[in-house]
Amino acid sequence: MTWDVALILLTDGLANGAVYLLAGLGLVLIFSVTRVVFVPFGDIAAFAALSLAAFETGRVPPTIGMVAVLAALALATEVGSLLRRGEASRIPKAVLMWGVLPAIPCLLAWLAARPGVPVAVHIAVAVLLVVPIAPLLARVVFQPIADASVLVLLIVSLALHFLLSGLGLLFFGPEGSRTTPLTSAVFTLGDGFTVSGQVVLMVGAAIVLSGLFFLVFERTVAGKALRATAVNRVGARLVGIRPVRTALLAYGCASLLAGLIGVLIAPVTTMYYDSGFIIGLKAFVAAIIGGLVSYPMTAVGALAVGVVESFASFWSGALKDVIVFSLLIPVLMLRSFMAVHAEEEEDEVDQ
Amino acid sequence: MSANRSKRRAWIAGIVVVLALVPVLTGSFTVSLLNDIGIGALVALGLVLLTGVGGATSFGQAAFVGIAAYATAWLTTTQGMSPWIGLLFSLLLTGLSALAIGMLTLRLGGHFLPLSTIAWGLSIAMLFGNVDALGRHTGLSNIPPLRVAGWSLADPRAMYYLIWVVVGLACLFSHNVLQSRPGRAIRGLRGGATLLASVGADAYRVRLSLFVIAALFAGLAGWLYAHMNRFVSPSPFDVRASIEYLLMAVAGGLGQLAGALVGAALVLVLKNGLQDVLPMLTQRAGQLEAVAFAALFILLLHFARGGVMGLLRRWTRRRGGAQGPSRHEAAPVDPLPHRTLPARGSPVLSVNGAVKRFGGLVAVNDVSFDVKAGEIVGLIGPNGAGKSTMFNLLTCTLPMSAGQVRFLENDIAGMPQREVARLGLARTFQHVKLRPHMSLLDNVALGAHSRTRSGILQAGLRLDRTEESQILQEAQRQLDRIGLGDRAHELAGSLPLGTQRILEIARALAADPVLLVLDEPAAGLRRKEKMALGDLLRKLREEGVTILIVEHDMDFVMKLVDRLVVMNFGSKLVEGVPSAVRADERVQAAYLGSVV
Repeated sequence: MTWDVALILLTDGLANGAVYLLAGLGLVLIFSVTRVVFVPFGDIAAFAALSLAAFETGRVPPTIGMVAVLAALALATEVGSLLRRGEASRIPKAVLMWGVLPAIPCLLAWLAARPGVPVAVHIAVAVLLVVPIAPLLARVVFQPIADASVLVLLIVSLALHFLLSGLGLLFFGPEGSRTTPLTSAVFTLGDGFTVSGQVVLMVGAAIVLSGLFFLVFERTVAGKALRATAVNRVGARLVGIRPVRTALLAYGCASLLAGLIGVLIAPVTTMYYDSGFIIGLKAFVAAIIGGLVSYPMTAVGALAVGVVESFASFWSGALKDVIVFSLLIPVLMLRSFMAVHAEEEEDEVDQ
Repeated sequence: MSANRSKRRAWIAGIVVVLALVPVLTGSFTVSLLNDIGIGALVALGLVLLTGVGGATSFGQAAFVGIAAYATAWLTTTQGMSPWIGLLFSLLLTGLSALAIGMLTLRLGGHFLPLSTIAWGLSIAMLFGNVDALGRHTGLSNIPPLRVAGWSLADPRAMYYLIWVVVGLACLFSHNVLQSRPGRAIRGLRGGATLLASVGADAYRVRLSLFVIAALFAGLAGWLYAHMNRFVSPSPFDVRASIEYLLMAVAGGLGQLAGALVGAALVLVLKNGLQDVLPMLTQRAGQLEAVAFAALFILLLHFARGGVMGLLRRWTRRRGGAQGPSRHEAAPVDPLPHRTLPARGSPVLSVNGAVKRFGGLVAVNDVSFDVKAGEIVGLIGPNGAGKSTMFNLLTCTLPMSAGQVRFLENDIAGMPQREVARLGLARTFQHVKLRPHMSLLDNVALGAHSRTRSGILQAGLRLDRTEESQILQEAQRQLDRIGLGDRAHELAGSLPLGTQRILEIARALAADPVLLVLDEPAAGLRRKEKMALGDLLRKLREEGVTILIVEHDMDFVMKLVDRLVVMNFGSKLVEGVPSAVRADERVQAAYLGSVV
């Protein structure tokens, strides 16, 4: 391998890593606040990419239907639980929150599907359109079992991924699509070595977004509430933080991140309805390097996964995923050796 | 229980007869569906043991099925060997892979273990599709059918009998294992590593052997699969398939062995049903199938986390399922051999300059004391004095920062806790560690772990029966001793907290200890129960058992012990007979505040 090749692989790896970084942040955010390992994260990213592709070909994105169905389900769940608790007076607010609010991006998307709408609007709407997905899923699927063990939540989360990818096939069909690059700029860095604008954009977006993430967490009340819930759920409750609300906030932020990932990678990879799974899993490897709690370590892990993947694909394209996933085992062992385990009761699955 | 047991036997006999008649009475579709169910049940059975009983979740079980299927496929097609050699090769390869993977990952704590199973589950499945010798994505075909004594099992009906005999034997084996010494350790896994170490068992090794057993069941299923379908390709062994196996175990009920059979049947029949029904409703049936399936699974976990068998069990319990006799009755057998206790007055435990630091905090500071055979020594002190830390140091639950502890002839500082337990130091816990879903008898029998030897293989083949009756007799004897002998078959979780502490003493006694270390045994007991406990401990002292007791109840301690060691702020304050300690001004100051 020459230096040129290594350099190309490295920039490729960093671009991949940037995507895993954003996804990893989303996964850590959800896990630390709700203890849910959110496997369907990647699916949401894929839906954003496919929505953008639909806009480009002048179609109304099928995501609208999906969001509408989910919103109907969530509304039904919420109204049902309100009626059971005898709080019928809160139904109008629930309708506003679970019925009307998710309908707004749907309406925007429907309007944006006309010809002559600028690309920037398409991108923004494609991202906005997937934002309600994770919170709606959380309301229907995770909120009723929020007290279950991490293991049960993990199993449910995996099942949810299969449900989403099934829905993805139903709504988007089996064809893959790739969108036009967001920028065609090419930067030349001495000696004939070039970096495409798309790569710069991806890395830049990752840096800006993770910076924003940091600011929100350190400087805003909502961010502090999220951190408080992550550290100690009961304690957060005692000081007046509502776990349900912080959970929804976390799901919303993660969904937004997923949407951004979707539009960032749509021009560089052909996306299918189920492409998200592998992206999610690799982000997962990164998140586990961060122990599912540490954001800086997750960032380091994401870049490492991206670079390892890109070098692995140079040596053996077919085995690159095997190499990336096998990387997880030594990482887990290292974490396990470093962590001092308090004597913990294992989760009881039955009853 | 005999009425219950004969009823259960009748049920099982009925199921066996029905299963035996199925191929005669039904079409080939039902037979091949039942073959699939049998293979699924075999994998799910391993998961019930591993996840339901042992508490370790695997999202990679299909990878083991794949390893076995590919092993036999490769050996019989490219090397032309007999499928029976393929069976040995499959099991060997699956067992070794499980051993290697288990050794790497089973020490992982919490949710890291299930996550790592996703990683190797994915990697192994991807390997199948990328190795030339295994036919890459096209797989291996023309696998020969099984032959028994010149008679071919190519017909699904013939395969059916083989599969279900294997399933039956696997169920029997698992059932036997659970009702045995290794089975109790396996059921104790969820109580945490400290619990198992306190009875002299190694949680990691127990979990590892359980992991290998579950993998071998999956391997057996893989071998049957390869010779039934006579074709293997990578897709039936990926993570999706693993999750389907887990789904079977969860749907049936992770708590019971029968859950594996029920779950496999439920999942596969449902899947077939969906394939039949959905095309009538929509034209995109194939796509909806996965959606419907996942939705059903999520609903199941929302409303019936215990699965079908969990629901069934709740229902029978509500109907007031027949209560069996409460004692364990069996023909008397030779008792388990006893340790010879050291002569009265000889040193049993000597702590010399024990120090424990947590970062900058010195929890135990240069404490020394001795305990001699046949005496009861009390360790007391105000809250935060370092009693519990001292307790953990001398049972080797925590490593010491400096100092020495000698137990009998051994320097035990730095020894693993289970080794110390095996030497004859038995303990109870301040926060009770019992298995609430195990009977009183089984909880106490767990204590005899270090005195007995039978392993999983012996237990599964019922070669451990003499030892097992010895263990149960010993457990019943200890239960009688603490006055719970008539409630042997009740669940430990149904006892009030105070009684649970006493039950822990019985468990400790089942280990035939030289030194019994009790952590606040009288907490939560009523006056009469305390008196009974005091009498029991005095009787044990007469028998030559040495006792070290950490207790808050001054009245109880003062009447019971021969000597007291008083700790305050991590250091030893006073040591002496109760009356002297009571009169000591420093002790009064520590408990009540000084006069000045």
